[in-house]
Amino acid sequence: MENLAAKYTHIKGWGIDADPSNDPTYPLKYHMPTEHDGYNWERPVQQSQDVEVLQSIERPSLPAVFGTSVAPQGLSGQIRRYAFKYSESHYGHWLPLLLADRVNMVEGLVDDLKQGHIPNIFAEKGWKAEWKYNPVGLVTKVATTVLITTAIFAFVTRKKDKR
Amino acid sequence: MLAMNYRGPRRVRVDQKPYPEIKHPEDAIVRVTRSCICGSDLHLYNGNVPDTRVGSTFGHEFVGIIEEVGPAVEKVKVGDHVLVPFNVACGKCIFCQQGLFGNCHESNAQATAVGGIFGYSHTAGGYDGGQAEYVRVPYANFGPTIIPPDMDPDDAVLLTDVFPTGYQAAEMGGIQPGDTVVIFGAGPVGIMAAKSSWLFGAGRVIVIDEVNYRLEFVRDYAQCEVYNFREMDDPVVFIKKLTDWLGADVCIDAVGAEATGNALQTITGRKTLLQAGSATVLHWAINSVRKGGTVSVVGVYGPTDNLVPIGNVVNKGITLRANQTAVKRHLPKLIDHIQSGRVSPKAIITHRVPLEEIADAYHIFSEKLDNCIKTVLIPPSAGM
Ligand SMILES: NC(=O)c1ccc[n+]([C@@H]2O[C@H](COP(=O)([O-])OP(=O)(O)OC[C@H]3O[C@@H](n4cnc5c(N)ncnc54)[C@H](O)[C@@H]3O)[C@@H](O)[C@H]2O)c1
Ligand SMILES: [Zn+2]
Ligand SMILES: [Zn+2]
Repeated sequence: MENLAAKYTHIKGWGIDADPSNDPTYPLKYHMPTEHDGYNWERPVQQSQDVEVLQSIERPSLPAVFGTSVAPQGLSGQIRRYAFKYSESHYGHWLPLLLADRVNMVEGLVDDLKQGHIPNIFAEKGWKAEWKYNPVGLVTKVATTVLITTAIFAFVTRKKDKR
Repeated sequence: MLAMNYRGPRRVRVDQKPYPEIKHPEDAIVRVTRSCICGSDLHLYNGNVPDTRVGSTFGHEFVGIIEEVGPAVEKVKVGDHVLVPFNVACGKCIFCQQGLFGNCHESNAQATAVGGIFGYSHTAGGYDGGQAEYVRVPYANFGPTIIPPDMDPDDAVLLTDVFPTGYQAAEMGGIQPGDTVVIFGAGPVGIMAAKSSWLFGAGRVIVIDEVNYRLEFVRDYAQCEVYNFREMDDPVVFIKKLTDWLGADVCIDAVGAEATGNALQTITGRKTLLQAGSATVLHWAINSVRKGGTVSVVGVYGPTDNLVPIGNVVNKGITLRANQTAVKRHLPKLIDHIQSGRVSPKAIITHRVPLEEIADAYHIFSEKLDNCIKTVLIPPSAGM
């Protein structure tokens, strides 16, 4: 505080009302003498990069450690790369990422089929559990789907009949 | 090895995946002995977290045995049974130095607003999670904590997130002796927040949800008052009446983006993703806390915008506090609370399921079937 005051002698009354107990971050945050030193901590060793990692433009470089679970690939990967041209503060970042997630789902189905695996979507959605613990709910769901499909079908064929 | 495999919204399965590799000198590989499904996983499961890539493995609440360590790992050794905080935290950056382990700056390339989290999308760093037989654990000198020998691994696994999060929710409420605390959500986090509120000296603890079996559980487990919001005309007026027409001293959001109870919020926040999740509980909390009161938010929301009555935050002089839990900061205290018998987190576990049955386990937890509160997955190689 004293050293700081010396720096601000040109400001009348600098720090005169400072109150260290006025701290809404207690006890979440410890105050450190280094906290105004910027990007200056002793960094952990840098993990070497062996897969493509997309990086937020709100940071200057990769963090010391990063995840490598699924690299961007295919069309969804292209969309993700595009999204990372925008900051986290921008819809141009998040909306393409959500779109990429949906595209990725279709890519996942294609990949499964390519590997000769027909995904059991009912099992993946846990319908066995639904049948066991909520049979009425399951029947209602199936009935609703059938009804909607029939209605759409009827609507489409009706249009055709008119022509 | 077997691992959970995300295939798209509400579609998951277990597949063979490559055994994880040491990628950094401070990495460890952990053989998972217990792994939970969390309310946070539901945001991923529903496809609501941007950059959740198909093929990734979820799971940020796990304990396990150290199987392999990188050359710079000194604090744990092969064979140790450890609990792994859900935060990937370096312990060195300025935020970690400040105790903000949920906000580490050396663990997430894809976003600066959130630190790395195991198995929680690329927006939280792109790490594979612990709903698997083995998992890579970075910063093994800092995160993993050896489970005390007398502690049940079922209690330990709830120290990786849920108990610390409920506890921090109460801590951020700044609860003063005698305060009335209203907690929205009777899921695992809300239950632990209710239990923790008493530790801070609350005078009255009230929990609100719509699921009766959860309300009944928390009423008995945390000796609190419970109310079903489906039975109220207007939850805000209901809470005002309950608190001498002044409002609660502290309101806690233990629900987050998946909240029900308001059609407009549900359509814009959950069905069409026009906002970053349904902000129903934030809205109720802000409007039912008393003037000068505190709203503590641990419920998770997406990275974009939400509809919240911010004008009332100003007009009522509300203090708003929130964070991802800094798990490591709470461990010494919470281990003591468990060992002294004050709190038994494992009592909230209702389901123990083999990892292979993960699709059904997610469905049951998400749809609140079979009176489910907390699910623990046990991999075939757990050995215990
Ligand atoms: N900040 C953190 O570090 C952190 C850590 C863990 C979990 N979380 C978050 O905490 C939240 C709760 O987690 P959980 O595991 O208990 O989830 P959960 O899904 O099991 O529980 C949520 C509960 O909220 C209830 N609910 C829905 N709408 C409600 C409303 N309008 N009012 C009152 N209750 C309502 C649901 O019925 C459910 O019982 C999630 O958003 C999760 O992501 C945050
Ligand atoms: Zn969790
Ligand atoms: Zn850090």
